[in-house]
Amino acid sequence: MKIVVPVKRVLDYNVKPRVKADGTGVDLANVKMSMNPFDEIAVEEAIRLKEKGAATEVVVVSIGEPKAADTLRTALAMGADRAILITSDQPVEPLGVAKLLAKVVEEEQPGLVILGKQAIDGDNNQTGQMLAGLLGWAQGTFASKVEIDGQSANVTREVDGGLETVALTLPAIVSTDLRLNEPRYASLPNIMKAKSKPMATKTAGDYGVDVAPRLTITHVAEPGKRQAGVKVGSVDELVEKLKALGVAK
Amino acid sequence: MKTLVWVEHDGGSVKDATLATVTAAAKLGEVHLIVAGQGVDGVAQAAAKIAGVGKVHVADDAAFANALAENVAPLIAELMGHHDAFLAPSTTTGKNIAPRVAALIDVMQISDILSVEGPDSFTRPIYAGNAIATVKTSDTKLVLTVRTTAFEKAAAEGGAGSIEAVASTGDAAKSRFVGAEKAENARPELTSAKIIVSGGRALGSEEQFHALIDPLADKLGAAVGASRAAVDAGYAPNDYQVGQTGKIVAPEVYVAVGISGAIQHLAGMKDSKVIVAINKDEDAPIFQVADIGLVGDLFTIVPELTSKV
Repeated sequence: MKIVVPVKRVLDYNVKPRVKADGTGVDLANVKMSMNPFDEIAVEEAIRLKEKGAATEVVVVSIGEPKAADTLRTALAMGADRAILITSDQPVEPLGVAKLLAKVVEEEQPGLVILGKQAIDGDNNQTGQMLAGLLGWAQGTFASKVEIDGQSANVTREVDGGLETVALTLPAIVSTDLRLNEPRYASLPNIMKAKSKPMATKTAGDYGVDVAPRLTITHVAEPGKRQAGVKVGSVDELVEKLKALGVAK
Repeated sequence: MKTLVWVEHDGGSVKDATLATVTAAAKLGEVHLIVAGQGVDGVAQAAAKIAGVGKVHVADDAAFANALAENVAPLIAELMGHHDAFLAPSTTTGKNIAPRVAALIDVMQISDILSVEGPDSFTRPIYAGNAIATVKTSDTKLVLTVRTTAFEKAAAEGGAGSIEAVASTGDAAKSRFVGAEKAENARPELTSAKIIVSGGRALGSEEQFHALIDPLADKLGAAVGASRAAVDAGYAPNDYQVGQTGKIVAPEVYVAVGISGAIQHLAGMKDSKVIVAINKDEDAPIFQVADIGLVGDLFTIVPELTSKV
């Protein structure tokens, strides 16, 4: 079984985003970019399934600017077998990404697509579900455990109030939650080796998919700032404050 | 505009998340509801009483019993033939279903809306809540998920909606519900609690987390939350996690105990009315957002606080 793993290049999760003064967006000039953390987990899971013998090949895909090639090289260094880079002149929304991925799936015929549950820039949490919808495949979102059992996958999902397990008929879509695994670091020899692994480069136009954006961001603003608070010196003072709020009796 | 709101329920009663979603829907136009499940007469009756609700569509079938997206999304996509907007709360159920519906009807979803600015314009948080984007859509139909803490709850009583059965779209036979493991929790639900006491990595162990956080929460009638660090360290279960990747909460009072205040955690709680922080590091970022701060050792402060409130 082949596994396809889409990965996204995003602002590094440790960087505090700065909103541009003109309200057009977040300033991404000269800031550190990395692989979306949930996607690292997706790559790790695919590689583990290959190591267990449940998968034969791991193909990573990224859609975006040419620099997304760096993100794909990272995935190859972790252990993915080959990469597909789909470049686009403008940002592609989740619906467009899902449509392009559906075409990749048509070509590659994977048994499983593993995605991150959300990208930490747009915080949309849509692409996996949309891809499943377009393909008519089963979806196991927010996965904290994945077990392949012949023609089906048992996926434990993190839901409000606890965990839930679903059995999905393969081929299927899985989206990763944080606790699915601990992604490995790429070793230096593997980073070197990754440079010679195959990477196909295409453009969004090659797939004949309409990825024109449906949404326009008309303004981006800083969130409302909180008022500076007070520091109290003792528990008694804190209790008084809580009483004033009506929280303590 | 005719809207269709996903009714989040547990088979017996309507969850609060639905009420906030109804408020958001009412800003767009006429509010219709969809109740999907098995044996959901009671839920439908309760849903019809929500203030401002028009029609309540009820789809009662074993295929919908566990709200599997593969079965529910086609049902909603069909109902979208005569509705202009689909709204779901951004719970794990809503987030699972809504994008699949959006793909089926070829619409780009707008996730986690904070406000309705116009019939096609909404605000939503991006970059872990570090920026608020105003988004305008060119789609003719809307699919939205709603951040429930950003909208007042509609009154659960006083409405007189009409109940109408809808035909089942059947079982897609792609997925099957195997089982659930519910976290035992007699305390208020995290996302709707008025007070939350939340613990971080500084608690040191699962035992100390329960020994210190639980009694304080119980004394205050509060729900218990946790930072990702505390959850990853195994001090608290996953569904306690507050933050960008966990639950988004906005209680009246949020008490952060031994939580440094990483941006991913702040994304989940910085809209709380009052934030109280207890931390031994006076430079911890949490103090930049806290209304009331106390610098000191939580192992002495928390027991003393518990005995005095």
